[in-house]
Amino acid sequence: MKTKKPKIIIMSGYGLNCEEETKFAFDSAGGQADIVHINDLIAKPKMLSEYQILVFPGGFSYGDDTGSGKAYANKFKNHLAKELTEFLSRDTLAIGICNGFQIMTNLGILPGALAQNKNGQYIDRWVDLKAGGVSPWLKGIKKISLPIAHGEGHYVIDKKDYENMKKNGQIAFTYAKGEIYNFQNLEYNPNGAQYDIAGVLAYNGRVLGMMPHPERAMFSHQNPTWYKNKKVPKEGKGLQIFKNAVNYFNK
Amino acid sequence: MISRIYVMPKNEAIKADSYLIDSKLSKKELIQLALALTNPILENYFINESPQIKGFSFAIEIGFLPGVTDNVGHTVKEITKDLLHLKKDSDFQVFTSKIFFVKEKNTEKVREYSLTLYNPLIERANIVSIKSNKINFLNEIPKVILKKRKLVINVSLGSDDELIEIGKKGIKNDDGTRRGPLALDLSSMKVIKEYFSKLKRNPTDIELESLAQTWSEHCKHTIFANPIDDIKDGLYKTYIKGATNLIRKNIQEKGGQDFCVSVFSDNAGGIIFDNDYLITHKVETHNSPSALDPFGGAVTGIVGVNRDTIGFGLGAKPVGNVYGFCFGEPNDKKPLFRDKEKKQKMLSLKRIMDGVVKGINVGGNCSGIPTVSGFVKFDDRYRAKPLVFAGTVGLIPRKINGKPSHEKTALAGDYIVIVGGRVGLDGIHGATFSSVVMDSNSPATAVQIGDPITQKKLSDALIKEARDMDLYNSITDDGAGGLSCSVAEMAKECGGAKVFLDKVPLKYPGLSPWEIWISESQERMTLSVPKNKWKIFNKLMQSRGVEATAIGEFTSSPKIIVQYGGKKIMDMEMEFLHNGLPKHHLKTEPNKFTSPQTPLLNKERGKRGEVYTKTLETLLAENNVSGFNFISQQYDHEVQASSVLKPTTGAGRINTDAQVFRPVLNSNKGAVLSTGICPSYGDISTYHMASCALDTAIRNSIACGGTLSELAILDNFCWCSSNDPKRLAQLVDAVKACYDCAVGYGTPFISGKDSMFNDFKGYDERGNEVAISIPPTLLISAISVMPDLYKTVSPEFKNNGDVIYLLGETNDELGGGEYFKMLAKNIHPALKGTQEEGNNTIGQNVPKVDLEKNTKTYLATEKAIQKELLASSMSVTSGGLAIALAKACVGGNIGCKVSIDKINGSLASVLSIDAKLFSESQGRILISVSPKNIKEFESIMKDISYFRLGKVIKGEKLLITDRKNEVVDTNVKKLTNIYHKFSNSQK
Repeated sequence: MKTKKPKIIIMSGYGLNCEEETKFAFDSAGGQADIVHINDLIAKPKMLSEYQILVFPGGFSYGDDTGSGKAYANKFKNHLAKELTEFLSRDTLAIGICNGFQIMTNLGILPGALAQNKNGQYIDRWVDLKAGGVSPWLKGIKKISLPIAHGEGHYVIDKKDYENMKKNGQIAFTYAKGEIYNFQNLEYNPNGAQYDIAGVLAYNGRVLGMMPHPERAMFSHQNPTWYKNKKVPKEGKGLQIFKNAVNYFNK
Repeated sequence: MISRIYVMPKNEAIKADSYLIDSKLSKKELIQLALALTNPILENYFINESPQIKGFSFAIEIGFLPGVTDNVGHTVKEITKDLLHLKKDSDFQVFTSKIFFVKEKNTEKVREYSLTLYNPLIERANIVSIKSNKINFLNEIPKVILKKRKLVINVSLGSDDELIEIGKKGIKNDDGTRRGPLALDLSSMKVIKEYFSKLKRNPTDIELESLAQTWSEHCKHTIFANPIDDIKDGLYKTYIKGATNLIRKNIQEKGGQDFCVSVFSDNAGGIIFDNDYLITHKVETHNSPSALDPFGGAVTGIVGVNRDTIGFGLGAKPVGNVYGFCFGEPNDKKPLFRDKEKKQKMLSLKRIMDGVVKGINVGGNCSGIPTVSGFVKFDDRYRAKPLVFAGTVGLIPRKINGKPSHEKTALAGDYIVIVGGRVGLDGIHGATFSSVVMDSNSPATAVQIGDPITQKKLSDALIKEARDMDLYNSITDDGAGGLSCSVAEMAKECGGAKVFLDKVPLKYPGLSPWEIWISESQERMTLSVPKNKWKIFNKLMQSRGVEATAIGEFTSSPKIIVQYGGKKIMDMEMEFLHNGLPKHHLKTEPNKFTSPQTPLLNKERGKRGEVYTKTLETLLAENNVSGFNFISQQYDHEVQASSVLKPTTGAGRINTDAQVFRPVLNSNKGAVLSTGICPSYGDISTYHMASCALDTAIRNSIACGGTLSELAILDNFCWCSSNDPKRLAQLVDAVKACYDCAVGYGTPFISGKDSMFNDFKGYDERGNEVAISIPPTLLISAISVMPDLYKTVSPEFKNNGDVIYLLGETNDELGGGEYFKMLAKNIHPALKGTQEEGNNTIGQNVPKVDLEKNTKTYLATEKAIQKELLASSMSVTSGGLAIALAKACVGGNIGCKVSIDKINGSLASVLSIDAKLFSESQGRILISVSPKNIKEFESIMKDISYFRLGKVIKGEKLLITDRKNEVVDTNVKKLTNIYHKFSNSQK
């Protein structure tokens, strides 16, 4: 018998903006996702204990003023530090996508930091990723192509921490040469990220932060190579990440 | 106490952030704040002490002028309040600045360099030398200090001369200075004088300012509304709205589905998307502000038009942004000045372009709205006034709480509620300013800076929550004219309004009532909230970080009454305010200009054979033809997960002429956006310029999968010197073409906007007077609904062996096209820099639209796309067939071999090779078809003109032959480099 759908809380407010399509992705993957404004969670912090998956979606919280993710992370820390610790101490999952990843590093629950892109400009394009590390989020994924859209995606980490992360299987995604690179002949590392890092893990792989947007790859037509070969399933490859999370609780 | 926190990157920093804080914070609290502003991995902070700066000579601090919106400062205030649990109105100010370090030792050179870092209209620079690796900036706070002035002035309306002065330069202050243009002419001023003499009193300043806003060209569109020649109902009613009415009547009579739901009556136009949703579209221009402050002007442009969407019906959700730029040549460095003394230098064209591009970047990206569609055009005549088009597509359920969502009515007794940003001096006289020529009197306060995040918060709170909770009866945005226009507009729904201006929250104290009333401070919406819902509405807004204030009440008495400090300062009848503007009968005069000459073609110049290879390569490099990926790539076009046909496509990332997106994620219906704009045709005929713009917008849409029967269009007229009867004659021609084509294709206008005075008067570097007007420009935007987005066809060639076809007829229509423009530019170096440059040898045979033939072509294309027979499909536009072939090859990173022997049109039996290759004849689509689909494809095309050109071939060759002669032989890699060269040079 199938278990109850896992409940997913997707944070919103103050300029986060990918919450609706991220909910659509989790719902399509078989979960039950709620979008919750940070002030509503602050008003009822106990609410967090009802959820299995915590999501910081993409967006432009506080307009990246004072540095991406800083202000939203500060607000979360000021009011919800205890609840966050409690949440992560349970057998839960969490993901931060793009601005959500930046928020999570500022919260201190993921290592490293995200600085301005090497060329100083916001960039929207597709990239190829090699998956690594040990995580329920990544089950069955070896390589994947997804879009990025960010101005501050240049991952920074010092060498010693990097070596440790590598040893612990905490490197979730690295930019690599693949389908998109071969198709459009662009730089494979779009932002100068150190060690080509695009996504990282913590808490034994339960917490994932990534700059690319899997929710923007849930339909095949979103991939730029689609027009060359339309005879592919309508579902996009990015949905697998959301399915993995939902299935973690349906095992 | 004033403290300063520096935040500085750790490694090899060339700049730092500075936060000036005017507060009563303790040392400990300041440290807490500094920690919150610093990412310890990337940055260090310094409180009231200089960081160590090694290897630099000077530091340049760039901060805002007093009163200019400081978005980051605003965020830091919020962070601090939240972090330190400060009270809501605790005395606390933050001012941010950026500090740049320079190695240059020469003071004068540093000063010169600093000019490239800031815009003196909104920012200030402070330069200090770095001594013993330290900087020492004074802690100067850019506070707004307003002199105490008389709150309300009664203005006596005397002689005609005085009336003219008031109309042109504004109301006189106590000190004799004038307040800036009302843009009211003598006849309007006389009507006002008469109105108040009947009331036996003088108008107050706020009444006069209010009339000037409501009667401005910007708000009333007098040129389109007034009778002109024998068109007594005016251009708009007769031809624009007239076309839509006729089309809708035709559809209804034929028993078809009229997909128009809300046209011309609201902030945007709305059509049916599917059973559950309406889709809306609106395109605005923001030209004058963008010339003064390109970044601020463009941000305000895009977030402003977002508000038109939020203000559609009960509030539509923005699901797609569009942009369009017309710039001067960015490498043109001739300076222009606004004053004879050459103190007010206009920004360089490169600065204007970069600023505008960045403005749309910040405005769109921060708001989480995909920038789906856009274009950029260059012409020397846009160098004094760039055109900045900004548009937004919205989505709204057809019914909300059981009621049609596009209907709204403010009820008498409802509170007038404003939500969003606070009011300052920004944007005062914006509406009247855009109605006059730009010169040295242009008001600096006309500039505003948008704050996308404040707006995002209010947008989410309204359209994702309050709307569906049924908390308000009506909503509109505060744009031009500020409260004076939004309240007066909404008051039409119920009768009148009564406003207590003291209640309006201000950015800083000291504003006069008239300033509060007409200020165009950004990110505000006005709503009518039933009294019994105000409490719950206000609570919701508070919990979303949005400020809401009830400032008065809608009434049933037909008057606008404004009170301040317990006194009535405005008392005006709605009838006079809205309908008192006197009508002018406009007259046109035939525009007889010397017909442009036709340049010599290659053959006539004795050149043959492969000379066309070089011509094609040179033409592809023209910046009106080549790619602009440097813009497309920095705009988020994939947020909301809706992208189908993106701004660029294929391996070679060519820019698309139409874009498809998926506004409702669980529906397979697609929305198709496209545009058409061809200002250079207007140098020959504005009638054909307009019809080609319309045809191009429609053709671009159809080529990728748009549906002619579900396609609506929008018009944006940007004209010049619209009080010149000759310019008006050109306008009438263009508007008539709009009517003919819209009716011919059955594509209704649903919304539009005009900007009629894009003229500049100033001085060149020698102090000589110069007048620069833009070429008359018409942008047509199209929105269409396609039944199945999975059938979208992209423009680039796909597979070896696919057969290439050209649909439609090619005629000798090189006039005004990119090819002749290129020849004209190269032939007459002597004319460089003059108004005549580029448009005196652009030929005479401007492309013309054959409505009947093109309709057939478009319907056949639609059918072929529905049957999924096409491998690629590209609308043939600027540069003609040869450029289309080049782009299709670049996009697909694959070659082609075609023959142009048989191509001909109905107008001449033999076409020159030049015409075959580069003519911009309308109604043509370049298609490739897989061999297995040829038979079915050709049977669908049997009743239209089409030519089988050749094949897509693997490898890198692009070969074109004509009667066995090779005319073009080039390779795709080379063309790819050429196509991206301009774009790459702008990165």
